Amino acid sequence: MSETAELDVAHVAKLARLHLTEEETKLFQAQLGRVLEYAEKLRKLDTSAVEDAAHAVPIFDVFREDEPRTWLSAEEALSNAPRQANGLFVVPKVVE
Amino acid sequence: MNLSDLTALSIAELQPFLRRREISPREVLEALQARIAETEPRIDAYLSIDFDDALKQAERADVNLPLGGVPIAIKDIISVAGQPCTCASKILRNYRALYDATVIRKLRAAGAIPFGKTNMDEFAMGASTENSSVKLTRNPWDTSRVPGGSSGGSAAAVAAGAAFGALGTDTGGSIRQPAAFSGVVGMKPSYGRVSRFGLVAFASSLDQAGPLTKTVRDAALLMNAIAGPDPQDSTCLNETVPDYTADLGRDLRGIRLGLPKEYVIEGIDPQVRAAVDRAAAHFNSLGAEIIDVSLPHTEYAIASYYMIASAEASANLARFDGVRYGHRAENPQNLFDHYSRTRAEGFGPEVKRRIILGTYVLSSGYYEAYYARAQKVRTLIRRDFAEVFARVDALISPTSPVPAFPLGERSSDPLQMYLADIFTNAANLAGICGISLPCGFAKTEKARLPIGLQLLGKALDERRIFQIAHAYEQSTDWHKQRPPICGETSNVQRPTSNIQL
Repeated sequence: MSETAELDVAHVAKLARLHLTEEETKLFQAQLGRVLEYAEKLRKLDTSAVEDAAHAVPIFDVFREDEPRTWLSAEEALSNAPRQANGLFVVPKVVE
Repeated sequence: MNLSDLTALSIAELQPFLRRREISPREVLEALQARIAETEPRIDAYLSIDFDDALKQAERADVNLPLGGVPIAIKDIISVAGQPCTCASKILRNYRALYDATVIRKLRAAGAIPFGKTNMDEFAMGASTENSSVKLTRNPWDTSRVPGGSSGGSAAAVAAGAAFGALGTDTGGSIRQPAAFSGVVGMKPSYGRVSRFGLVAFASSLDQAGPLTKTVRDAALLMNAIAGPDPQDSTCLNETVPDYTADLGRDLRGIRLGLPKEYVIEGIDPQVRAAVDRAAAHFNSLGAEIIDVSLPHTEYAIASYYMIASAEASANLARFDGVRYGHRAENPQNLFDHYSRTRAEGFGPEVKRRIILGTYVLSSGYYEAYYARAQKVRTLIRRDFAEVFARVDALISPTSPVPAFPLGERSSDPLQMYLADIFTNAANLAGICGISLPCGFAKTEKARLPIGLQLLGKALDERRIFQIAHAYEQSTDWHKQRPPICGETSNVQRPTSNIQL
């Protein structure tokens, strides 16, 4: 089993694609350390015979008819874009 | 009647005037606009208001519809076509919703007029509305205190007469707790009772939208409008919607109410505890039987909740990548830098904390220890409720262990803020329904602070919960008390002529 001391905020921030300042990193390390310490109580409970509940209400295989219908136009879909041109989202160059 | 008294009315009290055409939807909106101009400088409940659009809606309003011509305030996490939907976050500062959430479509179909978006904790993460990136909302009962959260703007607006009713969302208590702090009624429906389509997702297995209103009847009226199946939300239950007002007025003989012994904890404000004890005795005098019950896994609910809610939030908020909408960082060095700085600039501290926590508990090596474990505990919490609901019709408890706390008191300590959800989290984990309604006041040196009574009911038993809540409300006068911000007298005489209640 892992230990909460292993929380490395700087590493997790990279996984989450979230730049943190040094101050934030330090603060979150301390604050979340306390939250995880509190969460330790979950491990004290014997749950070996218990199933996971991913949802409050187990419902499965919900389908609706696959019918075409009118939805947003391209222009509308682009209306909140930080940058757009020629009906496309403009993004930073990602390949050399 | 005097138009300035209009905004003190509940929706059910307003409707006869509209239906008899003694006042028009336009006049209602104008009275509300004047009221908001008075209250907003003191409570700051709204992030945006579009009266021009609302007046256009008012012109075509059909007052004979179930909510015909009634203006409703909307938490700024629910999409209203053409209006901002910022979640009180910088990352969505310039975002406008392109379509109506299902709850908005249903409100409009019932004749209601969505007219303004209310303040909230950023992405609904918080219990005080202090995590809004825009402004602080103040409690109408004492403006040095928080209105609760995350639906704090909706609660404060209703309490101050700056809205006839409002929608909020509740992921761990975010409708019920601000309702308690602000002295109004707030209902969290059972999971799957109300569509989540068009809500900005926080924790998808926990989120539900619901009403905040002045009275239990008004909450039932709003639930009649917004509940029901939705082909656009696969988690929305395919169950018919009963008339939630049908049992209002039925007495409580034969009703069994459970008092969970685990909800009597250290740290409950003595005035809160006394008020809830009095409420239990009052229920008894109304004919209900009070039974001591046990929810043995209560002490694990908050830990389980924060693991699950943060995990789901970290996944849901991954969509804010600066590509299709929202804030984008300037001059990125590379793709990683584009994502990392866009998100760093756009999200506030609490949201960042939860993204880190959620990413951590889902990451390889820790998933089993935290996330999977929290989901197993969730099963145990569901079983606790299933067992007690075999014996009782509803559970009663405080909504919050304390009344509204001073602005700034808890904002530096996330764990303390999380513990404020102690009585509300479990209902979201179990998917059951719950309501908070006023049950008294805690007196401080300079103010009276509302105390909220929580009733929890089994999944899809909202109708019963409304019946029980209504019986309590109508035999007490807590809901008639108005905050000082509503005028010099705290118990406003409401116009009563010819009103059928």
